[in-house]
Amino acid sequence: MKKHITTPLTVEKVRELRSGDEVLLSGVIYTSRDAGHKRLVEAHKNGEELPVDLKDATIYFVGPTPAKPGQALGSCGPTTSYRMDAYSPYLIKECGLTGMIGKGKRNDEVIGAMKEYGAVYFGAIGGAGALLSQCVVSSEIVAYEDLGAEALRRLEVKDMPLTVVIDSYGENLYQTGMQAYLDSRK
Amino acid sequence: MRVIKGEEITKVVRELCIDANINLPKDVCGAIDLAIEAEDYLPAKNTLQLLIDNYQIAAKNQVAICQDTGLACVFIEIGQEVYVEGSIEDAINEGVRQGYADGYLRKSCVADPLRRVNTGDNTPAMIYYEIVKGDGLKITVAPKGFGSENMSAIKMLVPADGIEGVKKFVVDTVRNAGPNPCPPIVVGVGIGGTFDKAALMAKKALLKNVDEENPDPFYAQLEKDLLEEINALGIGPQGFGGRTTALGVNVLAMPTHIAGMPCAVNINCHVTRHKSKEI
Repeated sequence: MKKHITTPLTVEKVRELRSGDEVLLSGVIYTSRDAGHKRLVEAHKNGEELPVDLKDATIYFVGPTPAKPGQALGSCGPTTSYRMDAYSPYLIKECGLTGMIGKGKRNDEVIGAMKEYGAVYFGAIGGAGALLSQCVVSSEIVAYEDLGAEALRRLEVKDMPLTVVIDSYGENLYQTGMQAYLDSRK
Repeated sequence: MRVIKGEEITKVVRELCIDANINLPKDVCGAIDLAIEAEDYLPAKNTLQLLIDNYQIAAKNQVAICQDTGLACVFIEIGQEVYVEGSIEDAINEGVRQGYADGYLRKSCVADPLRRVNTGDNTPAMIYYEIVKGDGLKITVAPKGFGSENMSAIKMLVPADGIEGVKKFVVDTVRNAGPNPCPPIVVGVGIGGTFDKAALMAKKALLKNVDEENPDPFYAQLEKDLLEEINALGIGPQGFGGRTTALGVNVLAMPTHIAGMPCAVNINCHVTRHKSKEI
């Protein structure tokens, strides 16, 4: 049974999500990856105002393909998240970020910040860019346009299929899912 | 001497860039279709179904299967009796430039690894030339995404490590990669040669059809054993648990030094793209 959830994700909503939950996410999310994260953190450290308010916000780690005529956004599956591990704890702690969408492992520092401040890490299906683009209702570049695919975009999504991989209690599907499968073979 | 114009090469490279990024090759589609039948763990089966839906949507709407449309790896097999008019390198890069623009593909190439400014047109291509007999020209375009490329590894094994050393290194590389390279993956292994030749063989192993059996029974057995060990790890599609961690393993080997046994593992995701055409 898939849960319908809507952004912004307050800490209260985040605490209700558990590792392994399958959800359909709707609402506004922001896109950012390697170069965009570096800029966001540097800007905040310099005391500059960020181009978007990250309080209770969700960031999707993605660099989409250009939209074809008639598309809101091109193919847009997740990129591998560990490259953002250097920045995510700061954004959670200092800017109030509560949601991240990507694929692949996160380090202990990220998970620690998620537990302490209340944030959730969703997995989108890696490589399923064509399928995920169908969930994007609208897209606009908000900042860092010079970064091309890595620009900061504001997306409105509808029923984006996601899995809660790491919840705000530190429970991790990459460990429990594999173990559950191996146990089912015994 | 056969003369081939640069424009002909440009045209073919352009077409192959678009085709490869939109239409998943039949061998990979077939491997995913087989995997879903062999997978009896329900969450894994559901994830594999989404991958099938995805490649079907991409083909139907003619959009990129995955947003990481990769660095354009271009393999040229050129007959020694062929003369190319103009610069072959320029012709290939122009094909990449046109294909990535016209196909609405992502431009993922930075001009310098440290200074990191995007070239804006996905050039330069990563080009590999091989001079062969005859007057043919075969072009293969294999866009390579970096979620999986980053999980690849090379090790200078020594003769005493033997086949068990190779197996351990390959399986450890896949285990360490876990969910990062978008499993189910395709694994290319290169054994022998020199440091660089092993890496190139691993990449070339990914150009073979995923269901292609090694012509050497010894390596066919190694491929089978590696696939079995990898699919016993339990990583599963997307790392959410399951049998289907890899769709296939291809091994290439070549002569090497009495003191060495280089071993390279190039990992590719379930969007293992390769399209070829002969001119």
